[in-house]
Amino acid sequence: MIDVTALDDWIIRSAALLNLPLDPAWLPAVRQNVEVTLRLAAQVDEFALPDEAEPAPVYGA
Amino acid sequence: MAPDMNGFENKKGFEIAKAVSIGEVSALSVVEAALAVIEMRNQTLNAFTDVTAERAVARARALDADRAAGKMLGPLAGIPFAVKNLFDVEGLPTRAGSKINRNRPPAKHDQPLIEKLESAGAILVGALNMGEYAYDFTGENVHDGPSRNPHEVSRMTGGSSGGSGAAVAGGLVPLALGSDTNGSIRVPASLCGIFGLKPTYGRLSRARSFPFVGSFDHLGPFARCTRDLALAYDAMQGHDPEDPVSTARPLEAAFPQLPRGLDGLRVAVAGGYFRKQGFPEAYQAVEHVTKALNISREVELPEVYRARAAAYVITATEGAALHLDHLRERPSDFDPAVRDRLIAGAMIPASLVVKAQKFRRWYREQVLSLFKDVDAIIAPATPCTAPSIGQQTFTLDGVEMPVRANLGIYTQPISFIGLPVVAVPVPLQPLPIAVQIIAAPWREDIALRIAHALEEQGTVSASRPSFN
Repeated sequence: MIDVTALDDWIIRSAALLNLPLDPAWLPAVRQNVEVTLRLAAQVDEFALPDEAEPAPVYGA
Repeated sequence: MAPDMNGFENKKGFEIAKAVSIGEVSALSVVEAALAVIEMRNQTLNAFTDVTAERAVARARALDADRAAGKMLGPLAGIPFAVKNLFDVEGLPTRAGSKINRNRPPAKHDQPLIEKLESAGAILVGALNMGEYAYDFTGENVHDGPSRNPHEVSRMTGGSSGGSGAAVAGGLVPLALGSDTNGSIRVPASLCGIFGLKPTYGRLSRARSFPFVGSFDHLGPFARCTRDLALAYDAMQGHDPEDPVSTARPLEAAFPQLPRGLDGLRVAVAGGYFRKQGFPEAYQAVEHVTKALNISREVELPEVYRARAAAYVITATEGAALHLDHLRERPSDFDPAVRDRLIAGAMIPASLVVKAQKFRRWYREQVLSLFKDVDAIIAPATPCTAPSIGQQTFTLDGVEMPVRANLGIYTQPISFIGLPVVAVPVPLQPLPIAVQIIAAPWREDIALRIAHALEEQGTVSASRPSFN
């Protein structure tokens, strides 16, 4: 479970670093989206791939 | 020639092209009928954001003059069509469903697929509503209002190509183009009960269209029958050096292959992930098609839920990268729901995105190996029929989830690796729902052959909405 205060702090600092506006009223929705995306990213992250695995940034069918 | 386009709204494109080619009707009468239906029905369906009437009439007159001069007309002669408003249309700003893009200068040239369709005789009649910047599965738009489902106008069309779904299902045009990054052709095809083709990644040029996620963006057609889908698809093929991922493969015409039917094709149904999270109607539609095709084999795509997760991560982050400047300069001009998703995407660490791209290569290899033993795989297109406009959540397998992000749970793992798919509509009552026919890369012909065979059997069809 991600600590909400820590996540909010990270979002606010990240927005500042990226020079992105962040109205306090937007924070709950942004946090919710960050949480969902990090949860899904974790599902990918926990999958073991060989060290030699190459990314596919442009997919060739 | 006296216009004879009564019942235009139910005419298929190939029927129109035949009638125009032999002089049974004029292209002008077809276009006038289309414009009249658009004027009457768009007030309710909100499918069109721009109607290019003057241009369409001029084009129809030129086509009629060509025929009068004895020139041979193209295979799409006189077929009115419209495009999602992320396609460049000469003279219009390419709004991509946004408020921000309306300040762009008018496009100087048409998107290449428009040029190709018009070279084959089709006639552009306008641009279509869509979810903002294509980050959407609902067909709702805070700036232009929601596109409405012709089967029940209080319900969603699905998105993001919502106007394309409404325009074709509602009989405003027999043919429309849309884009599909994670399901934005297949979801509205499903909820609106029409046919949609998402071709292989790189098959059709995306040049001069507004992007969303370059790794996954595809363009493709919607129609009310497979013949129209195949005719349009064939006309749009061809390498385009302006699109860096455009294939150099030669034209591989699908339309002449349709009569081959199921002859020798090995078709399986997708199990595992694709048998979960759906409402009963999603499974009912798959069962209907499975029985009609006499399918006994089931295959399981490996780690599908991770594929969907990886697609979600790449979408969020690539989409954010595209819009960083817009977010900095005009945050209040976004749909708030889109803005908040994009800001969140900007914050995801790059290491996780690279991991998702690595997983993508692994997953592609695993799925491609399945096609050694089967030619096509059947799967649901959406977890449910059209939700109500404004509906925020639905319950999938006992878990309440946001509609907007989850209508594409079955489509997202397929476009993730660029496979060609035809969405075929099963006319369930009271609302239709589609099934995906998924083929190996570059085998659109196989998916279209199966779709056509199902249509000939009467198993799938674009049912006429009560709105008609």
